[in-house]
Amino acid sequence: MASGAQGAKGTLYRGREGMWSWVAQRVTGVLLFFFLFAHVLDTALVRVSPHTYNQVIGTYKNPVVNLLEVGLVGAVMFHAFNGLRIIAIDFWSKGPKYQRQLLWVVVGLWAVLMLGFLEPMMQHTFHEWFGW
Amino acid sequence: MSTHVSLEPPRTGNPGRSQRYRSRKGPGKVTRGNFELYSWLFMRASGVLLVFLVLGHLFIMMVTDGGVEKIGFAFVAGRWASPWWQFWDLMQLWLAMIHGTNGMRTVINDYADKDRTRAILKGLLYTAAVLTVALGTLVIFTFDPSIKG
Ligand code: HEM
Repeated sequence: MASGAQGAKGTLYRGREGMWSWVAQRVTGVLLFFFLFAHVLDTALVRVSPHTYNQVIGTYKNPVVNLLEVGLVGAVMFHAFNGLRIIAIDFWSKGPKYQRQLLWVVVGLWAVLMLGFLEPMMQHTFHEWFGW
Repeated sequence: MSTHVSLEPPRTGNPGRSQRYRSRKGPGKVTRGNFELYSWLFMRASGVLLVFLVLGHLFIMMVTDGGVEKIGFAFVAGRWASPWWQFWDLMQLWLAMIHGTNGMRTVINDYADKDRTRAILKGLLYTAAVLTVALGTLVIFTFDPSIKG
């Protein structure tokens, strides 16, 4: 990390925003990789039969699976926005200096988009659980 | 917080292999080739494209047209009737899979200490990646909307 990355607490990387966002980028990246593998397999069922495909895709409507799905969308969005932050740190001359502020931009964007996605994604579950 | 630092040489692009990349620029000069540089650049370039492809994909699948409820065989058939969405999904598959596989390579390099473990894990990784890309590509190109069942 460049020497410009100075906050009130100095240049410590370990245990601070820089380290935790790196950990999160890694964890979400690995998660996405395994999901992508599974997702290509479930989509491949369209070559088996419409019935088989619809049946397996239908499991996404189960409320518990739906919650996992929301978590996965959250992981994708964090990885995507934090990925853009990493790119900004690498290519924008002021990136390293503002890496912490950029992380809060990432978190803010993430929260706004998650709120927007929540209702359309969870309609079915809300209906099942609360009768909404 | 401790100020103690212990450094190990990075395993990515390990020194044994780098011997093969002896520079032609001059005697005694050893370079590693530019593989890791291109890999680093690819992660960023593919990342930018994936933001559009993946977030667009999620938006179309989960938000527009009544959300996830609409997804089923008929919906897939409607989409893949268009070369545009076939192309979109093909790019998404290839870029995400190469980006993800290259990212996993880094993770394996970081945590698997033994040469043999690393070789086995990477063998599994590359096999899974090639099979997944091949299967996905085949499905996009051979999709048959009038399949029975
Ligand atoms: C949606 C847009 C995406 C963006 C902007 C993005 C961006 C990035 C960036 C900038 C890195 C860091 C690379 C480096 O340190 O050299 C990275 C790492 C990684 N990405 Fe992505 N990525 C995206 C989607 C994905 C997807 C769909 C997957 C899974 C298939 C994935 C899996 C990974 C993995 C496994 C790593 C390695 C993590 C590590 O080394 O700690 N990414 N990504």
